Amino acid sequence: MPGRAQGRDNDRVSAPAAVRAAPPRASRRPERGLLGGVAAGIAAHLGIPVRTVRIAFALLVLAGGLGAALYGAYWIVLPVAPDSPPLPSRRRVKDAAAVVLAVMAVGALAQATPSGALFVPIVLGCVGGALIWRQASDPQRDRLRRLSRTSLLASGSDREGQLRLAAGAALVIAGAVLVLARANITAVRDGIVALVVSAGGLALLTGPWWMRLVSQLSEERAERIRSQERAELAAHLHDSVLQTLALIQRNAELPREVARLARGQERELRTLLYGTRTAGDSVADDLRAAAAEVEDAYAVSVDVVVVGDAPSDPGLGALVAAAREAMVNAAKHSGAGEISVYAEAEEDAVTAFVRDRGIGFDPDTAAGDRQGVRGSIIGRMDRHGGTARIVSGAGRGTEIELRMPR
Amino acid sequence: MTRVFLVDDHAMFRAGVRAELGGRVDVVGEAGAPAEAVSGIRATRPDVVLLDVHMPEGGGLAVLQALGDDLADTRVLALSVSDAAEDVIALIRAGARGYVTKTISAAELVDAIRRVADGDAVFSPRLAGFVLDAFRDAPTVPSGDPDLDQLTPREREVMRLLARGYTYREIAGELFISVKTVETHASNVLRKLQLSSRHQLTRWAADRRML
Repeated sequence: MPGRAQGRDNDRVSAPAAVRAAPPRASRRPERGLLGGVAAGIAAHLGIPVRTVRIAFALLVLAGGLGAALYGAYWIVLPVAPDSPPLPSRRRVKDAAAVVLAVMAVGALAQATPSGALFVPIVLGCVGGALIWRQASDPQRDRLRRLSRTSLLASGSDREGQLRLAAGAALVIAGAVLVLARANITAVRDGIVALVVSAGGLALLTGPWWMRLVSQLSEERAERIRSQERAELAAHLHDSVLQTLALIQRNAELPREVARLARGQERELRTLLYGTRTAGDSVADDLRAAAAEVEDAYAVSVDVVVVGDAPSDPGLGALVAAAREAMVNAAKHSGAGEISVYAEAEEDAVTAFVRDRGIGFDPDTAAGDRQGVRGSIIGRMDRHGGTARIVSGAGRGTEIELRMPR
Repeated sequence: MTRVFLVDDHAMFRAGVRAELGGRVDVVGEAGAPAEAVSGIRATRPDVVLLDVHMPEGGGLAVLQALGDDLADTRVLALSVSDAAEDVIALIRAGARGYVTKTISAAELVDAIRRVADGDAVFSPRLAGFVLDAFRDAPTVPSGDPDLDQLTPREREVMRLLARGYTYREIAGELFISVKTVETHASNVLRKLQLSSRHQLTRWAADRRML
C-alpha cells in the first residue's frame, strides 16, 4: 500500500528531527497588532520591523488583493502566541468587523481586477487549505509539515517527494502562463483551466491529509487485529490457566492431581505459544498426542523423546497404538508416577521404548488385566509385521520395546 | 558440601530450590539478573552454578560469556523450563556441563549438582535425544577433527539409554561396564557437543525450535 510505505519513509526522515529542539514557531500577537496581530507576529518571528511587514502586505493587497488573502490565511493558520494576554471582548467585535470588511474588499477587488476570475478560486483554495491546517490535530500537523519538508528538500531516494514537487511547480507555472496569456484566451477555456489549476492545488494541498487518512485506516485495522488477538489470549488465559490454577488450589493436598493439571496446562500453553501440532502427520506427533491423552486420563507424567521422524502409515499407527497401550498399562498398574517414552526413526525401522520404574510384573505369568499386553501390544505389532519385547520383573519396573520395520 | 550459586530471575523459584536443596548442598548465594550473577559468582567462587536459561538481559548465555574462562573450578548446570534445542545447545556450547528441566525432582537435582561438581556431564533424556538427533547423519562438511563430528557406537548406545530414561547406574548394568566408564562416555559426548564444528548443529537446533 503506497500510503503505508510513504508513512514509513516519513517516519524515518523525521526521526532525527524529533530529537532536535523544536524550532521557534511563528505566532500571532493580537495585543501588538492593529487587526489580528499577524504582521506583528511575523515581524517578531523574522526579526524585522513591523512596519516593513505591514508595507509588504499593503503592496500585496494592491497587487490583485493577494495581500488580503495572505493576511487572512495567516490569521487562520498562525496560533496566538502562548504569552499573549486574552483580548477584551470589545476588541473581538472589532476584529470580526475587520474580517467582514476584508472579505467585502476582496470581493470588490475581485470584481475590479482583470484576473478576478482566477482570484476567487485562489482565495478559496487558500482559505480551504488554512482550514484543513487549522482542523488538523497537532500530530497531524507535524505530519503535514514533515510531508511538505520532504517534498521541498527531497533527497534522491525520496521519489514521491520529488514527483510532488515537480507536479506543484508545473501547476504554478501553468497558472502563471495562463495569467500572462489571458488576453488571448476565451473566457470559457480560461474558467475550465482555472478550475483545473485550483483543483490540482487543492489535491496537492490535501494530498498528505488523504494519505494520512489511508495510512491511519490501515493502522487502525492492524490495531484492531492486535486487540482481537489480545482479547483471544486473555480469554484463553482466563478459560484455561485461571481455571487450572483454581483447580490446583482446591486439589492442593493431592499432589498427583496437581501435577496432572499443571502438565496438561503446560502442554496446552506450549501449543498456544509455539503453534499447533496435530496428530496424524508423523509418528512423533502421534506419539506425543498419545502421551498427552494418557497424562490427562491417568494423572501420570509421560516424557516423550523422539529422535528423527517418519510420516504416519498403518504400520506406524499400530506402533503408536501399541505404545499408547503400554503407557496406559504403566499408568494403571506400575504405580510409577513417571513414564519415559523414547522413539527413534531409522532408515529401516522405527523403534519405541516405553519404560516405567514401577512394581513390574512377570510377563510369562501375566493374567487377567495383563492379557491386554498380549492382545493390544504383542498381537497388534505381530499383525503389522513388527515385534514387541517386554522386559520386566517384580520390583524392577517394566520396559516394552516396540519395533516396526518401514 | 557442594557450594552452589543460584541464578534465576524468579525469586519464587530461587526460594523453592533453596528450600528443596536445604541441608544437602550449601547455597552460597543467589542472583536474579546476569550482571548481579557474574559479580556474585566471582565473589563467592562456588563449585556449581545453577543457571536459568531464560532471563532478561541476555539470559544464562550472558552469564557464561561474561565469566569466560575466569573460573575454571566453577561448573555450570543449566536449568530451564524450555525444551527449545537452540537455547540448550547454545548454553552447552558456551560451557555448561549439563542441562535439566525445572520439573526435576529435588533428589535428582541434588544428584545432578554433585555429578557436575565432580566434573561429569549431566544429560536429561531430552538432551540425550537432542544429541542423537544432531549427530545422526554423517557430516556433509567434515571439520578439522573428524572424531568430533560423530559419536562412537558406544557413545550412541549410552545416549540412547539416557534418552530412554536410564540412570548412569542402570546404563552401567545394561552395558556391563562401570559407572565410571558411563560417565567418561557422557563427558566425551559433551565435549563433542561443545567442540564439534558440524554446521548442522546450529541449523538442526534452529529447526527444532518448537519441540
